Amino acid sequence: MMLKITINGLDIEVEKGITVFEAAEQAGIYIPPLCHHPDLPTFGGCRICMVDADGKIVTACRAPVKDGMIVKTDTEEVRKVRLTNVELILASHNKDCQGCSRNNSCRLQEVSAFVGINQDRMRKIRRSVEAVKPDDSNPFFHRDFTRCILCGICIRTCEEINGVAAIDFAFRGFHTRVSVLGDKPLKDSKCESCGECLVRCPTGALYLAKPALVEREVESVCTYCGVGCGVKIGVRGDRVIKVDGNRDNPVNRGDLCVKGRFGFDFINHPERLKKPKIKKDGIFVEATWDEALDFIADKMHDIKAKHGADALGAISSARCSNEENYLFQKIFRALGTNNVDHCARL
Amino acid sequence: MIQKFDVIEKEALENLEKEQKSDIPQIYVGCATCGNATGAQSVVQTITDKLEKENIKAEIKEVGCIGMCFAEVLLDVIKPGQPRISYHGVTPETAEEIVDSYLVKDDHRPDLALGYFGEGGPADVERIDTGDVFKNQQRVILKNCGIIDPENINEYIAHGGYKGLAEALEMKQEDIISVLKDSGLRGRGGAGFPAGRKWESCLKPQADQKYVICNADEGDPGAFMDRSVLEGDPHSVIEGMTIAGYTIGSSKGYFYVRAEYPLAIKRLRKAIAQAKEKNLLGDDILGTGFNFDLEIFQGAGAFVCGESTALVMSIEGNRGWPKPLPRPRTTEEGLWGKPTLLNNVKTFSVVPQVLSKGADWFKSIGTEGSPGTAVFALTGKINRSGLIEVPMGIELKKIIYEIGGGILDDKKFKAVQTGGPSGGCLPEDKLHLAVDFDTLVKAGSMMGSGGMVVIDESTCMVDVARYFLDFTFEESCGQCVPCRQGTQQMLEILNDICEGRGREGDIEYLLEMGDSIIKGSICGLGQTAPNPVLSTIQYFRDEYEAHIKDHACPALVCKNLIVFHIDEEKCTACGRCRKACPVEAISGEKKVPHTIDQNKCTKCGICFQECPERFSAVVRLTGKENLAAAASGKEG
Repeated sequence: MMLKITINGLDIEVEKGITVFEAAEQAGIYIPPLCHHPDLPTFGGCRICMVDADGKIVTACRAPVKDGMIVKTDTEEVRKVRLTNVELILASHNKDCQGCSRNNSCRLQEVSAFVGINQDRMRKIRRSVEAVKPDDSNPFFHRDFTRCILCGICIRTCEEINGVAAIDFAFRGFHTRVSVLGDKPLKDSKCESCGECLVRCPTGALYLAKPALVEREVESVCTYCGVGCGVKIGVRGDRVIKVDGNRDNPVNRGDLCVKGRFGFDFINHPERLKKPKIKKDGIFVEATWDEALDFIADKMHDIKAKHGADALGAISSARCSNEENYLFQKIFRALGTNNVDHCARL
Repeated sequence: MIQKFDVIEKEALENLEKEQKSDIPQIYVGCATCGNATGAQSVVQTITDKLEKENIKAEIKEVGCIGMCFAEVLLDVIKPGQPRISYHGVTPETAEEIVDSYLVKDDHRPDLALGYFGEGGPADVERIDTGDVFKNQQRVILKNCGIIDPENINEYIAHGGYKGLAEALEMKQEDIISVLKDSGLRGRGGAGFPAGRKWESCLKPQADQKYVICNADEGDPGAFMDRSVLEGDPHSVIEGMTIAGYTIGSSKGYFYVRAEYPLAIKRLRKAIAQAKEKNLLGDDILGTGFNFDLEIFQGAGAFVCGESTALVMSIEGNRGWPKPLPRPRTTEEGLWGKPTLLNNVKTFSVVPQVLSKGADWFKSIGTEGSPGTAVFALTGKINRSGLIEVPMGIELKKIIYEIGGGILDDKKFKAVQTGGPSGGCLPEDKLHLAVDFDTLVKAGSMMGSGGMVVIDESTCMVDVARYFLDFTFEESCGQCVPCRQGTQQMLEILNDICEGRGREGDIEYLLEMGDSIIKGSICGLGQTAPNPVLSTIQYFRDEYEAHIKDHACPALVCKNLIVFHIDEEKCTACGRCRKACPVEAISGEKKVPHTIDQNKCTKCGICFQECPERFSAVVRLTGKENLAAAASGKEG
């Protein structure tokens, strides 16, 4: 069912059941979001997306559209409430933007600029950042509490997307912070280090342990398991320095596990085998691909001729893609054997 | 009336009659938390031992709080054929004296007595129930508190208890709701939502299970109304909840009581067991086929869990956070997603009387818009602090000057704070205002759940605002930005103002921020948190300005803005202040007027207290000039 609503004087038709925030997005009208994330259920805690809906100040991210609703996103009252809220967040936020991994890609910066933070007004604020030491126990990503805006996106991600629920809000009021059971270091929790929270953090509160300045991205498929998640491999020079999930890939829609996201060190490892080796006189000797493939083909022919096709057996790898595994079993069936297995089954 | 109840009632009344006709004296000791804190238990022990040792026949009853907290420990004696005589400030020693002189002999000890209740008391003792404390009160919710033994269900029944339930069980559910609607009863938790409408909206939804919750998470500083009701008359609340269960079609109720109320919890447990034994609770109540069970859930001490949705989250085992709007009403989707009726202790406790005495009776008390009574915990700089119950519409000044007996030490009245940390401060020219839900809100304060703190001239209003804001800052749940960060920011600014770092424009900024916090916060805690600041700015702006512009605290409270100084002409060099000073900041010899070394002085105020009133040589000075003089060492 379609509903008619008016946003900032613009008459639009929207589907029943969506929120004012989504309706505004469809109409191309910007409402500043902080704790809202399209992947997650709404929270309604940051109070930045407040709009005037039929004369009432409501959070756009939670308010459902109603037929005939008149929404104003830019009244003086709305501007004032939003401005005060952003000022209040900044009052206890570590504003060392130059030293932040998210400088220039930070949602708080974006929203601050939009609501019109100005330094004259900020002088009235009493700055007070709680000195809590960062949690750098996890080898892949760290948490800087002084940059956390308590939007809860990481918490909802962990619970709703990954189903792990390793983190939650702890303590109360101004002393609230994101923590794990027993307020231990993250590494001592049930966190699986998938890094989904890191990807969604709107500020620099969660940041990579090793900063990565990506030069170019290469689309690929994760080599770890048969799921075959789509990845975007971040490269600098000839080295892989970062892996992101590919949100356009229908397999994983951007999600990755700890191995896929962080387990790429082996690619650049000096001991990694890059060429095939053939054992000669008890010692592995480097060979070309042609030599290696010829060697395997000859051996297979010999065995088949001597003992029949069922004397052959083949084990493929979960690190190959589905397509590669399909071709692999096809070859051996064509050779006349069904002795095909796969490491994921063992 | 249900036959089964007639039997129960008859038995209770016979018991009461037997007691009244008995030739054994009755001793009542106020043993609510307030009484116990002042030593009621040791009084009970002393008397019990003494009666046993000397073989004196008398019955001791531990009763709830009658509301005269200023007079604790209260011990009342009813001798056969005599009115109830009340003794105040009783200690184990005076308790023994009372037993010796009044129980054994016949000297009623006017020197120890506060007064008597009823008619025909001794001439040399005042009558209490028609005196200043009680004449303006109308005790409906508190009618049994301090009168009956809360651990004896028969006494409650003999005083008209469970009659409302027995009647309700024979009524149609819709009829009960229309009586409540007719009565105009509004929820006593603070917001004043019409109870009849709430019950109705909980009756309508169809569900396999509904819940009744009693909100006893009383947390306002200085408020103890709900605790006193639970400790003094627990059955009234159980009866009210059972009626609610029958009306909305629920078989399960929860008491959400804060764990800091152990005595209330103990008495509730006992009361629930007694009610079950008498078939007034549990399965097949009074043979009507209606089942209703009650469970006690102890709150862990978060103030915000008094908010209905946070309370529900807390029972469900979640973090006690209010649910942001828009959300389904608790009456439609509450505990475990089922329709839930949530009312305050006092609301439930008055329902049985509304049903048994009728809507017209209830409407005859109070005002048109706010019928019934209001219970207040009257505290602060007042002569008679305590728990009072007044008809709605009574003037504030009647409460303060007649019931409360005026300001302590004959000081000047400055303000009255109502509604706890969500309320505001009203000045002297608002004392003519009538106490009801709507009038106080219009004046910038609110009824709240019933805290009333009286403030005198020696209190700094900026400091008062800071006190309440410190409370909401500590109790903010942390979910939404305006409340979590806003209360902290306002508190920082108030700290600055009180400590001499206030800036031009701070007042305007507080007003602006307060407005945004009210509009932007998720729940009632944040939406009312700025009220103490806004109302003190509204009525006492000059005090804020004095702090900021002149670094002066007119009430001479804010430590950083005052200096202690010895007036040379008045000082007789007695040496008391010098000896008392813990940091040896005072110098002087015999016959040489003393001086204070401002570099050493920690402003503890001991010298000020030590200096005899007839000299009054130690004075407190405030303002930029005095502070500067003290800092440069010229003053001393």
